Amino acid sequence: MENLDVELEGERILENLSFEVKEGEVLTILGPNGAGKTVLLKTLLGILPYQGEIEWKKGVKIGYVPQRLPFIKDVPMSVKEFFDLKNVSGKESEEILGSIGLEKDILEKKIGDLSSGQFQRILVGWALVGNPQVLLFDEPMTGIDISGQESVYNLLEKLRKERNLTILLVTHDLSIVYKFATNCLCLNKKVLCYSVPKELTTERLSQLYGGGIKFYRHSHE
Amino acid sequence: MGSLMLTKRMALVGDALGHVALPGMGLALLFGLDVSFGAFLFLLLGIFLIWLFEIKTSLPMEALVGVVFVASLAIGFLIVPEPELLEALFGDISKVSFEMAIVSIIFSILIFLMINRIYPKMILANISDDLAKSEGIKIKKQNFIYLLSIAAIVALGVKIVGSLLVGALVIIPAATARNLSKNLKEYSLGSVVLGILSCLFGSLLFKVTYLPAGPLIILTSTFFFLISLILKR
Repeated sequence: MENLDVELEGERILENLSFEVKEGEVLTILGPNGAGKTVLLKTLLGILPYQGEIEWKKGVKIGYVPQRLPFIKDVPMSVKEFFDLKNVSGKESEEILGSIGLEKDILEKKIGDLSSGQFQRILVGWALVGNPQVLLFDEPMTGIDISGQESVYNLLEKLRKERNLTILLVTHDLSIVYKFATNCLCLNKKVLCYSVPKELTTERLSQLYGGGIKFYRHSHE
Repeated sequence: MGSLMLTKRMALVGDALGHVALPGMGLALLFGLDVSFGAFLFLLLGIFLIWLFEIKTSLPMEALVGVVFVASLAIGFLIVPEPELLEALFGDISKVSFEMAIVSIIFSILIFLMINRIYPKMILANISDDLAKSEGIKIKKQNFIYLLSIAAIVALGVKIVGSLLVGALVIIPAATARNLSKNLKEYSLGSVVLGILSCLFGSLLFKVTYLPAGPLIILTSTFFFLISLILKR
């Protein structure tokens, strides 16, 4: 990605972003609320307008796991029907269920009846349909308890190895960053740092979440 | 279609559009044209106006639909000739000729096939705009087909249950099916079956009682809804 600018409804959300993620890496994206993390993921997906350059490896397939889906419980829908929205074959959905650690009988369950941990796994599984090489994750841990979080990350690590995935992950959880990430991007409209996790010092973090705000104060005339 | 409208929280839109159809029905009655034809033209006009107003202001869709719908109702009352007013408001299935019934059936099948085609895409877009877009679904195009289908269904429906009750024809069977279903297939199929059953039993009651068919059909579907409350999963 080079010199990326994203403007939505006249407001500059991302400014002059440049970075590179290599195959097989795990990039975590850190930043305070409103820093543009979700917008960055959506732009990478190609569903928001942007200026600048985004270049993917040729023929790359991207899977996306959104932050939450508040409206899904408005629809009575079984897990199988949720997968069917993506035209997935029975064989593929069974294989995916296997790799996200769920039993086959969950297919007949109503989405609204799943626990948040199960639902999270289903979302991950949904993103795996069609064998993407890249997964984009938007704060996958929202609303999941600590043991659930731990197991979702173990799952991600397992999937990464099994399927040789490249993962871009928005998170607030620093322990994940240190344990799981190959690289870390600190974002607050601009890139504040791009480094390996162990260089992510307290100073940098306070700049990102605290002091950084002062530095990037801007006006809306 | 009812199940989609309910999912999209547009339960009252069918109702509002029924009123939008009223001036068109009045003009059709004045000029001796088919009421569905007049209704459809005014529905297109109404939807166009709502769309136009939405671009011009930041008011919520709901408010704009409200403005267009009461204005249409007022115009409708002025245009529809007095003797036909009741027919326009509550429908009269006995006025539907055999040929028109065939035409309505053909249109209904076409709309059914169209909705069937866009159904999964609409459901996905309703769950999440972003997921739908990331799957390459053109949401605006799907929405356009969807709105057009609603207009067509309302235009066909006003003949049977009239402009005041047409919304109920779409929504009550879907609400009932929603109460009884645990997955999408039961929900969508159940809406269709309950809609058919309501029309069937309502018409039979009309044959027996000679009361107006429109209200009888709606009351039959309301009766099914009440039963679904007891059987609710």
